[in-house]
Amino acid sequence: MEDLSFRHATRQRAAGTKKLAVIGVVASGNLEVLAERVLPDSECLVEIRTAAAGFGEVWDAVIADFVKGYSPGGLRFSINDGGARPDTVSLRLAQAARLMQEDDQ
Amino acid sequence: MSAPHTQTTKSSAELDRTASWYEASARTRVRLLLDPGSVVEFIGPEKREVSPHLKLFDLPEQFDDGIVVGRGRLDGSPVFVAAQEGRFMGGAFGEVHGAKLTGLLRAARDIGSVPVLILFDTGGVRLQEANAGELAIAEIMRAVIEARTAGVKVIGLIGGRAGCYGGGGLIAGCCSALAVSEQGRISVSGPEVIETNRGVEEFDSRDRALVWRTMGGKHRRLLGGAEVFVDDTIQDFRDAALELLSSIRAFGIDTLRAEQSRLEDRLQRFGACPDAVDIWTAEGIPDAVSIPALPADQFIALADKVRRSSRDAR
Repeated sequence: MEDLSFRHATRQRAAGTKKLAVIGVVASGNLEVLAERVLPDSECLVEIRTAAAGFGEVWDAVIADFVKGYSPGGLRFSINDGGARPDTVSLRLAQAARLMQEDDQ
Repeated sequence: MSAPHTQTTKSSAELDRTASWYEASARTRVRLLLDPGSVVEFIGPEKREVSPHLKLFDLPEQFDDGIVVGRGRLDGSPVFVAAQEGRFMGGAFGEVHGAKLTGLLRAARDIGSVPVLILFDTGGVRLQEANAGELAIAEIMRAVIEARTAGVKVIGLIGGRAGCYGGGGLIAGCCSALAVSEQGRISVSGPEVIETNRGVEEFDSRDRALVWRTMGGKHRRLLGGAEVFVDDTIQDFRDAALELLSSIRAFGIDTLRAEQSRLEDRLQRFGACPDAVDIWTAEGIPDAVSIPALPADQFIALADKVRRSSRDAR
């Protein structure tokens, strides 16, 4: 297992008021993403535990692309990865960000 | 699944419930099975109560250890619910996974009036946590019986990818009643386990038709192992849960005696049958060989005509 962590400054806070969302499953070629609204509005943190060691550069690129596209300010993403491909990672991050845009009651 | 979404309209929930149970995740099953916005999860993923064992094997954890437990409402009435995620390690029982279900059942026992729905989707005990997992199975079986003794109805809903195998099959056998879809296989030893131990002549695990007609939902319904057979939609499982909750009788020593005599009778009638088709024929079903290919609605009509299984035994 390898632990990775990426912290980014964000342009704006993530829309919505939802505090928590979880998407995906830990299985071969898949991953789960837990999103929590726990950070200052100008920050985003992505923490990863992955079964596939040695792909730090790919993670770095995928997450930088995600932060640029979604500006998920205030969100911490925790990932348990079962060796997902980069496109699957992008999809799950986008799904998690989208879920957080909903309004909590 | 933190706070309720009261905005969700009933009609959209009903529409979503046409979704396949088999394809849905554990969380989706729970969310759509119960009344919209009613689900509150206990020990959710944000608590990060992960397995203490998997890291020793350098294996990835899941934040909820592969099971969702919580409370909600079914047609307005309170229920407890547990749902296994069959895609995470085959839905297998580990220490934390099992403890979450045990705790839920004990809460139900203490309260006494709130039924429990268990959405099985499991291959059995997680091998990496063998002893803890086996103990969990024993604790859960005891907790099911204690809850039932206290007057709690415990319903198993089975239609997931992993089926309901190993210790999951034992726990299912302890439930008040089961609903199963064609995809929801119920057994203790899986096909490969039987073949490995007893040889290919005993059971050819590659013969999928044999596997389905021996362990699949249709056979379990006809044999009395499951009370209700349902089509593979979330709405059908919801209807089955409501039907079973309204029809289960009280649990006691008479239930166990009835179960024992029904099982003895079953062994006597079908013990010599080499194949499920022979059992169906012995049950008086015309054209028994056609059963595996029957669409769900036709099968349900046939099963209702043949015999309503005893509610006391499987």
